[in-house]
Amino acid sequence: MLALTNFAYLVAAILFIVGMQMLSHPRSAVRGNLVGAIGMAIAIIVTLLQTQIIDYKVIIAGILVGSAIGALLALKVQMTGMPQMVALLNGAGGGASTIVAGASLIEAAGLNALGEGAARIQFLLFTGATGIIGAITFWGSLVAWAKLEEKFIPSRSIVFTGQQALNLLLFIVSLGLCAWIFIDPSNHLIYWALVGVASVLGVLVVLPIGGADMPVVISLLNSYSGIAGATTGFVLNNYGLIITGSLVGASGIILSQIMCKAMNRSLTNVLFGVMDATSVAMKADDVYKGKVKGASAEELALLFDGARKVIIVPGYGLAVSQAQHAVRDFSDLLEERGIDVQFAIHPVAGRMPGHMNVLLAEAEISYEKLKEMDEINSDFQQTDVAIVIGANDVVNPMARTDPKSPIAGMPILDVDKARTVIVIKRSLSPGFAGIPNPLFAADNTMMYFADGKKAILDLASAIKQG
Amino acid sequence: MDPLNNLVTVTTIFVLALYVGWQVITKVPPLLHTPLMSGANAISGITIVGSLLSAGMQYTTLTTVLGFLAVVLAMINVVGGFLVTNRMLGMFKKK
Repeated sequence: MLALTNFAYLVAAILFIVGMQMLSHPRSAVRGNLVGAIGMAIAIIVTLLQTQIIDYKVIIAGILVGSAIGALLALKVQMTGMPQMVALLNGAGGGASTIVAGASLIEAAGLNALGEGAARIQFLLFTGATGIIGAITFWGSLVAWAKLEEKFIPSRSIVFTGQQALNLLLFIVSLGLCAWIFIDPSNHLIYWALVGVASVLGVLVVLPIGGADMPVVISLLNSYSGIAGATTGFVLNNYGLIITGSLVGASGIILSQIMCKAMNRSLTNVLFGVMDATSVAMKADDVYKGKVKGASAEELALLFDGARKVIIVPGYGLAVSQAQHAVRDFSDLLEERGIDVQFAIHPVAGRMPGHMNVLLAEAEISYEKLKEMDEINSDFQQTDVAIVIGANDVVNPMARTDPKSPIAGMPILDVDKARTVIVIKRSLSPGFAGIPNPLFAADNTMMYFADGKKAILDLASAIKQG
Repeated sequence: MDPLNNLVTVTTIFVLALYVGWQVITKVPPLLHTPLMSGANAISGITIVGSLLSAGMQYTTLTTVLGFLAVVLAMINVVGGFLVTNRMLGMFKKK
């Protein structure tokens, strides 16, 4: 029976891997997700057949309640709220692992099943590890959720003196409690004390992280939830859990790295809430004075006469003004006139990895038009009009030209190389990096000061009339 | 299995799985990174396996309650994760 169960977990793990592999293309992705779900169904059914299970009432109640909450969240959530949703899911994963490890400790200690030697070390060490990582994931995710929702906690970075020292102290205390579990495993209150200390640590580590860095944190907590699953696998000696947990752990780490690179920040830099606010010397006036050209919708409409290639660069400002559908209609309008339209998506255009793509896909923009940065950057030179909507730092050419700039070296979209650039923005206010953007003052740039949605609608009607 | 040997085996599995994960996930395009994350969430609900045992073996009232809570949280992950991923992926259409 044990061999059969483990074999079923292996099958489930393989289905998860195949499912994730199928996520490499939008054509196969829906089926890939289904393959993963089948793997999960197999794992659950096989577990339910275990002889240790003597009663199904509690299980059924738990499954019903959890499924109902999960389904409600999944069907209700708005696409703009996806980072919050993923934060909650990360938290649920971390919380489940923490509780499972605690319950296993009580059971194993009571049934005298802690084992000897290496088995005992494996069990207790990974129980402690799961308690720490799981609790940090749970509370860290809740804080991340609150920051993204801008409820209860402000989204800005919250720092106080001695914060690092306090975090270090809490970490050492939780390691100490982990050691105490070894000495007295039958007292499970030690485990819950460890969970309590790690919970405080979880809150404190996310507090200093500012709103702009949330994509990194969400990815990192995603990774933690996977690692907590893997350590639970070590506790239960369950291969399926170990394989799956490591998959998720790897995924989260890869995404955190991509996000850090796209924001030109190091991971430590993000985690400790430090922003290199070094060279603020550059004054907005020096860059903008007398050089910024505002234009009306009618003037801008003329640019599209005879244009052949247009690239739209959406930033989060587009989602804030709910302009996705207006942009889709606008892009259809241009295409009817024989203009080739594409979208250039910067990795941190949304509030989590890949977020902007989901927002545009929801507005029924074909995924073939959504181009990632590396793919489209060489196209700007042959582009007649580039339209920037609500993006700032990610199109700032200073990242390329000024090695002293705080964003020096940050990968950007080379919008400035297009023949003409239209920037739709409410004002000249700086982006998260807090620096002026010479693109707005460039010879080939026209500014259109307005709310993103209104601007696109006005531009579309001006083109229709023209 | 000898406990030490077992520890080495599970660690081997862990390391190899990390490697496979790395290989598979680097091939997912940025276009699908959000569904990748929610999908990863769904499968990290695999902790359901451990929680079902605690909820069903009814060792003490405490472990049963803990098992129930863990089943609820893990099922939120599983059902919420797969459903929302499915919903998002359905939006990615050509033309």
